[in-house]
Amino acid sequence: MGVKVFVPRDATACALGADAVAEGIRAKAAAHGIDVEVVRNGSRGAFWLEPLVEVDGGGERLGYGPVGVADLDSLFEAGFPGNADHPLALGPVTGVDWLASQQRLTFTRAGWTDPLSLDDYRRLDGFAGLERALGLTPQEIVDEIKESGLRGRGGAAFPTGIKWQTALDAPGDRKFIVCNADEGDSGTFADRLLMEADPYQLIEGMIIAGLAVGAREGFIYLRSEYPHCKQVLTEALARAESAGYLGDDIRGSESAFHIELRIGAGNYICGEETSLLDSLEGKRGLVRFKPPLPAIEGLLGLPTVINNVLTLAAVSTVLAEGPAHYRDFGSGRSRGTLTVQLAGNVKRGGVVEIPFGATLRDLVEGYGGGTASGRPVRAVQVGGPLGGYLPEALWDTPLDYEALAEAGGMLGHGGVVVFDDTVDLRQQARFAMEFCAIESCGKCTPCRVGSVRGTEIIDRLIAGQDRERNLQVLEDLCDTMVEGSLCAMGGLTPFPVRTALKHFPEDFQ
Amino acid sequence: MTASAVSLAEIVESAVASQRGRIGPLLPVLHAIQDTLDYIPSDAVPMIASALNLSRAEVHGVMTFYHDFRSTPSGEHVVHLCRAEACQAAGARELERHARESLGVGFGETTADGLVTLEPVYCLGNCACSPSILIDDEIHARVSPARFDELVELLREEG
Repeated sequence: MGVKVFVPRDATACALGADAVAEGIRAKAAAHGIDVEVVRNGSRGAFWLEPLVEVDGGGERLGYGPVGVADLDSLFEAGFPGNADHPLALGPVTGVDWLASQQRLTFTRAGWTDPLSLDDYRRLDGFAGLERALGLTPQEIVDEIKESGLRGRGGAAFPTGIKWQTALDAPGDRKFIVCNADEGDSGTFADRLLMEADPYQLIEGMIIAGLAVGAREGFIYLRSEYPHCKQVLTEALARAESAGYLGDDIRGSESAFHIELRIGAGNYICGEETSLLDSLEGKRGLVRFKPPLPAIEGLLGLPTVINNVLTLAAVSTVLAEGPAHYRDFGSGRSRGTLTVQLAGNVKRGGVVEIPFGATLRDLVEGYGGGTASGRPVRAVQVGGPLGGYLPEALWDTPLDYEALAEAGGMLGHGGVVVFDDTVDLRQQARFAMEFCAIESCGKCTPCRVGSVRGTEIIDRLIAGQDRERNLQVLEDLCDTMVEGSLCAMGGLTPFPVRTALKHFPEDFQ
Repeated sequence: MTASAVSLAEIVESAVASQRGRIGPLLPVLHAIQDTLDYIPSDAVPMIASALNLSRAEVHGVMTFYHDFRSTPSGEHVVHLCRAEACQAAGARELERHARESLGVGFGETTADGLVTLEPVYCLGNCACSPSILIDDEIHARVSPARFDELVELLREEG
């Protein structure tokens, strides 16, 4: 057996050249007569260190990063894959402070193994939640989820147990579990990391959800912008089925569950749950009225649980460790851990899983290390394209659902996009309207037409025309969009616009 | 019936057959056809409609609703440039200007030599290492204007 060398297969790692690095290591090792086994593992989410190459050093994993093909010669000269004294050497990866200081619950397995290996997954306590769930009644499973305090991680933070109870109580023999993997918010990639680094955790969570509400059919609706993820999930689903975790008789329990991977077609709005359901039915992704709730009348009008990737993944942890274990993490009504994604103009970007209650400043300055450009941070957009632009005065707000909402922010799916002092908030406000105009499903007039008018008004403001009047019209328009749109697309697009105006008025002078 | 019409019918038929039994098969069928042909010819619309028991208007409506589906062929390669906020924060606005100028095309257009179709995309999930572009199925991170030129040059060399 050769030395095990790990090179992530994650989309970001590959975007930074991981495939060539993996090939290069194989070739150089062969040339040096060193026997290596290159494992394509998942990423740990420390994307600023990618490609993060690790060597199995007898119980310890020694890290090197970020490694480019050009670094391989000097690495091998320094003794790689043995313990190399090299500028890129990070020591044991568990000692890298950026990772060590996190509190990983959902991402505990990310990066350690080949994400497709079922043996590795089981060895790291995978399927323990499913094994327990198979011995519980549906109501007992739902009760555990309720007790855990788990709330939806897609953005709306709705209590998962209540959603499941509604679906469990809904009459009918045919029900569905739908995983919303249409992670469209700019600045978010935690769902992608989970699916690429630990896909069985999601699959396990979905099977448990099926057992809990009596559903035998599941869908993962994945955005088409994630081709790497599609590859991993396709293979993971096939292997889970061969191993008897999916199918008509899950591990000899006589319970059935099937999962179909469905690929979206490039529309942001399909991340809205009712639009997603229409898309799954083969229609234009138009937003539906609520009620009826999808838990009662969802896909094909039948009871349907729709949860985000991280929510379903967390279900496996809740069932494996018990609800108290999960609930004991967190603060106030925000239980479990907080997953944020540091993105944009940031020096050390990636997925950070920490206790609720850390501040934006801890994240941006601590984990993020400030901007990549080296200029001062000026604005931070939290919660995706429908989230607000927050100025420095608000960076000390604790990051939990309630505290941030109180400060006029929104946590959403946990995207944190950092801008330096070259940002022009007029242009960001304009883009919010433009994005809404491009992505609106078209059902509600205030969203469909209002966003186009909003872009035009901001253009007039940028041109310095009739400032006071245009600001007033923009305010009225924002009110109309908030009050007159069915979903968050039209309802929240004014949020980035208004926070830009409120917190950065100097840009609109 | 012309030869190409026959093969189009066969392609539609096999796309529909591969998705038989699915709930709401229209999107997977459209993806399958586009994966094979690179676009969805307008002649395919009535065939899809009849095979799935939908109206032509329904098929047309779905095709035009989703950004991914094309009704005309693309260039040899498709370059998706991320325009979303995280990439903007890291220089995507400048990259977009550069891409438009250096390729001489706008979004949805193909270069005169047929090499590249430029498309916008709103997030590739690579936001910690922005700006990002997707060339066919491959994501590239931290793409500066100079890097963009190198990548396009590589496509040109590939031919």
